[in-house]
This record gives sequence, C-alpha cells and structure tokens, in this order.
Amino acid sequence: MSENQLFGITLSPLSVRRLENFRANRRGYWSLWIFLFLFVITLGAELVANDKPLLIRFQSELYMPVFSDYSETTFGGEFELAADYHDPYIKELIEAEGWIIWPPIPYSYQTIDYDLDVPAPAPPSSRHWLGTDDQARDVVARVLYGFRISILFGLLLTFISSVVGIAAGAVQGYFGGLLDLFVQRFIEIWEGLPVLYLLIIMAAVIQPGFFSLLFLMLLFSWTGLVAVVRAEFLRVRNFEYIRAAKALGVSDTTIMIRHVLPNAMVATLTFMPFILSGSVTTLTGLDFLGFGLPSGSPSLGELLNQGKNNLQAPWLGITGFLVIGVMLSLLVFIGEAVRDAFDPRKLFS
Amino acid sequence: MTTSRGALKVTDLKVHFGGKRSLFSKKASVVHAVDGVSFQIPKGKTLGIVGESGSGKSTTALAIMRLVEITSGSVSLGDTAISELEGDALRSARRKFQVIFQDPYSSLNPRLRAGAIVREPLDLMNIGTPQERKNRVDELFSQVGLRPEQQALFPHQFSGGQRQRLGFARALSTMPDLIICDEPVSALDVAIQAQILNLMTRLQQELGLTYLFISHDLGVVQHVCDEVAVMYLGQIVEQADRVNLFSNPQHPYTQALLAAVPTIRNGVAGRGRNRKSKALITGDPPSPINPPDGCRFAGRCPKFQSICRRVTPQMIVLDENHQVACHLLNG
Repeated sequence: MSENQLFGITLSPLSVRRLENFRANRRGYWSLWIFLFLFVITLGAELVANDKPLLIRFQSELYMPVFSDYSETTFGGEFELAADYHDPYIKELIEAEGWIIWPPIPYSYQTIDYDLDVPAPAPPSSRHWLGTDDQARDVVARVLYGFRISILFGLLLTFISSVVGIAAGAVQGYFGGLLDLFVQRFIEIWEGLPVLYLLIIMAAVIQPGFFSLLFLMLLFSWTGLVAVVRAEFLRVRNFEYIRAAKALGVSDTTIMIRHVLPNAMVATLTFMPFILSGSVTTLTGLDFLGFGLPSGSPSLGELLNQGKNNLQAPWLGITGFLVIGVMLSLLVFIGEAVRDAFDPRKLFS
Repeated sequence: MTTSRGALKVTDLKVHFGGKRSLFSKKASVVHAVDGVSFQIPKGKTLGIVGESGSGKSTTALAIMRLVEITSGSVSLGDTAISELEGDALRSARRKFQVIFQDPYSSLNPRLRAGAIVREPLDLMNIGTPQERKNRVDELFSQVGLRPEQQALFPHQFSGGQRQRLGFARALSTMPDLIICDEPVSALDVAIQAQILNLMTRLQQELGLTYLFISHDLGVVQHVCDEVAVMYLGQIVEQADRVNLFSNPQHPYTQALLAAVPTIRNGVAGRGRNRKSKALITGDPPSPINPPDGCRFAGRCPKFQSICRRVTPQMIVLDENHQVACHLLNG
C-alpha cells in the first residue's frame, strides 16, 4: 500500500491515477515546484530582504533585530529610539565590539536609501540588484514582498469565494425550483454589473486596506463557482443513493455535504487555480490604477505604474512585467495540469 | 384485515404532477401519475404490483416512501399514518419503512465504503454504542450473505448481486416492518435474480417483513408474491391472490399482459394451443396528462363496448380474493 500513500493519507486508486496524470504533465509539475519554491522564499521575505540585520554580536552577546527591536542605547548610542542599523554611527559602534550579519538584501520594501549616488530611480547596480524605484526603495525587496501579498491575497480570496460559491450553488442545485430560479436571475444581474468600475467607486468611499479590499472583491468573485456546483448538484440529487438517503431520514444538510458535495469537488478543484490567477490579476489591476492596497505597501501593480511613469528607467517596467508574467504563467500551467489530471476521459482511457 | 403492526394500508392514493398554470398557457396540464389507488398488505405478506412502463408503479412506491408529494389519499403502516407525518416526526418514522431500488449501481454512494453505507442509518438514529453498531453491521452483512471483512471495499468492487445485497443490508439496518422493493431484480441476470429472491423470502420468514414488490416481470412476481395488483395508467385494474390472477385473469389488460409473457414452448403470444384465446394488445397507453373519460384501457381493449368510453368502471369484488374494474363483468 506504500505507493498509495501521500503524506500518510491513503489514497483511492482513482486519486493515485490523478496524481500520476498530474506528474505526467511535465510543464505543470515543474511549474508547481517552481511556484512553491518562490512562494516559500517570499513567505520568509523578512529573512531575505530586511533593513535589520539577521544577527548581531555585541559585547559577547547575541541580538536578533529581525525578531525584536532594540534601542540605540543597547549598543551605546545616545537615543532611546529603535536603532537604525544603516546609520554609520551605529554600525561603527557595533562593529567595534562585535559583528553584524545582514540578510542577502539589506533593504526592506519601505526602506528609503538616502545614500544613492544618482537621483532615484537608480539603475541596477551591485548595491541595488534591480535598481530602485522613484522613491529610492529597492526593487528586489519590493518584488519579494509584493509577490507574497499578491499570492496570499489571491489564495484567501479564492478560498473564501469558493466556500461562499459552493454553498450558494449547493443550496440552489439541491433544492431547485423557485429558489434556484430567483437566485440564478439575481446572479445574472449581479454579474452584469461593471465590477472594476464599482470597485473604483467603492474604493473611493472606503479606505482600502488588505481586508476591506478582500471583502469588496469577494462581493463579486463568489459567483464564479456557483454555476459549476449547481449543475453538479442538479445532476446528482436525483440519483438513487440520494433517494435512499432521504428514505433513511438523513437530513438535507448531511446529504448535501456527505453524499453530493464529494461529486462536485472535482469540478470545483479544476476551477480553483484559474480563480486564483484571476484574483491576482484583478488586484494587480487595481493597484496599477491606484485604487488597490494603501500607498506604500509593496505591490506589483504599483511597480508597473511606476514603470509607466518613469519610462527613462526601464528596469521598473521590465521587472514588473516579468514578475507578473512569470507568476501568472506558472499559475495557469499548474491549473491546466490539474484540470487535465481530473479529466475523466484521460482517467479511463 | 386487521391493522396489526406492520400492515400497510393505502386508501385512494393520488399523485398528480404539475397543475400550476404556466405563464404562457392558460390550460393547466396535470399528469395523473397515480389516480386513486387502494390496497392493503397484511403483515408478513407480499403484494406485487405489475404494469407496463409509465403505469405509475414506481410513483406509487415513491409516494408511500414520501419521496414525492402525495396529492390526496392516505397511507398508513400499522398505527402510523405515514401520509400525515411531517418534518422530524416523518424522519423518525422512516426507520419503519425502507426501500430497495432497481439500479444497484446508482443506489450506493460510490465514494463511501460498504461498511459506512450500511452503518450510516445506525449513526443517524443514534442506535446503541459505537461497538454495538459495529457488531450490528457485522450481523447485517452475514444476514444478507456478505462477508464482514468486505466492509472495507467500495461499491464498485462488488458485483451487481452483491450490491443489491448491500442495499438490503442498508434497508434492514433500521429494523423496518415494511420494505418496498422497486424492481429489485430487473437489473440482475437470471441466476442472480433467483439468489436475491430467495434471500428476500428467507428474510421475510426470519424477520416477519412485509413487502411491496414492484416489477414488470410476471415470472418473478409469481415466484414471490402472495397477492398481485395490476396497474394501468395510474389505477389498479385487477387485484387477486397469486393463484387466481395467474390461472383466472378477468380483466382484458391482465389477460393481455399474461399472454405477452414469452414461454419456451410457444414463444410470444403462444403460437400453439392458446393462440386463439390470447390476443396481444397493440399501441401505447394514452397520455397520463388529462387521461380519457371512462375506462382508461378502452382505446386498446379488444373487447371494448360503447359504455367503456362513458362510464368509469368501479371495482367489482368477485370473491374475497379477487377484484376487477371492468364493465364486462357486469353482465
């Protein structure tokens, strides 16, 4: 049975077959690994790009500024403020009686480099690998944090809108009749609303933050899965095992979750990667227009906007384009592989 | 007949579908799927319902199970008026009447293991401790002729006959009085049919079950049923005990049904000795949407008289065990 197990979970032969199909799609399989690698790195972005050192040894004691703040006086400075480790004075103080280990990129996404030799945006150099943006912030650091926030936002939005969409579709399909009719018409009208336009209006009213933006986008993204789930429930609800369950007196909720939902999950899973890439695109679009995440937060859309405004600094636009392009391509490749892996025509041929 | 525990009594059951006027047509179209069906089954006995496709056999079963809405009429099992129950009362009464479906492939959830399928009703009704439930599932498996270690398998790993046994185990788990068998063997091959029918008979003797047996296969009905009702277009046209119905059919439709059973010696409709007396009916039953006045079989009846178009025939009691709805018997 060992080959039928994944992380200790016993898989049905069908799932094993799907997993094999997924692995057989080299492009999707490698995309998944590359994506996971990038995602894990950006999850730990604080350890990769930060304006605080990873480790300080000072007077035979160890300090980890990444995890906690120390005041200047700790290192013999004059002020009670949090230490600025880029300050040459502090650096000298520490290095006189110990050493400093910096992250590979010694800038955070909001660190402004005041010591540039050229006016910002600065071109790529050994100091800033991809240059700086027009506020003298390191592009690599901003890309790392921006990638993370895009993906987390997308994952969260995908998850919540899937839950809402599945619930709505399940209720609609299972009970059918007038309820189905009315909700379906409502969704058609709702989907007819010009989403981006409304988001822009609402972003002007509500101060956009990560979670308020998530909520606003959820209002329009939950409809994506409803049709698929509804169709599946409509199909399955007349199967005889559903009738048998009803005859046994199983409650509607239990029937929906235990007997019908597993059938709808395949269709749902194949859609999820595409919803994810759609969410990321929408967020990037809003950021580009300036109606997205609050200013100052690292975002790929904002980087693109800077690229547009600073055509004399092509590294901004090119970086933004490449990062977004690679990220979306990876997601789409993974999505295609998942979709094909679940394709019944491939499973039973 | 007494209303002892487990006896099923159905009175003037009607199930109509549709009927609301639609937006675009003024005329309401109502499907009279079941139109005034009455019968009783004493405890421990088997009533067979036969009839061609669309005669309302299965709808009758679903109505008794309360899986489709009853338009009018009453159904009672022992002292329980099934047709009156709603909500939680209905849900808890369901343990007393269970159903076996025709298709053993779609009647079991493909994603649950066999043990879980049989165990579900026990968990649902909170019967006993977990250990007792486990023992009960083991017992049910051996009762229907499956091995307890087969509980870990998925439905697709069973054969058709074994799946139907699983269906029986699931239906028996709640210790019902009545089991409605909706064509339980028509999807199985002949050798397996016999096994399942014998299992049914054995379970009936052991547990005192009452069966409502729905089938279009007269041979099977003759094998298992004590009494047989013949349905045509939503109504019972003849009801008799097994011996009477098969040896002395009175209604022209019953006669035609029996004549249509192929036999090895004579082929369909009897090429040999009975050829003259047995005529096959032709055509299809009329639409159950707004069915014709008078006798519903009139349009296809070989012995049709003018009264048949005008007056709906009433049930005529020939003797204690034989009733027919036909004008021919009024002399």
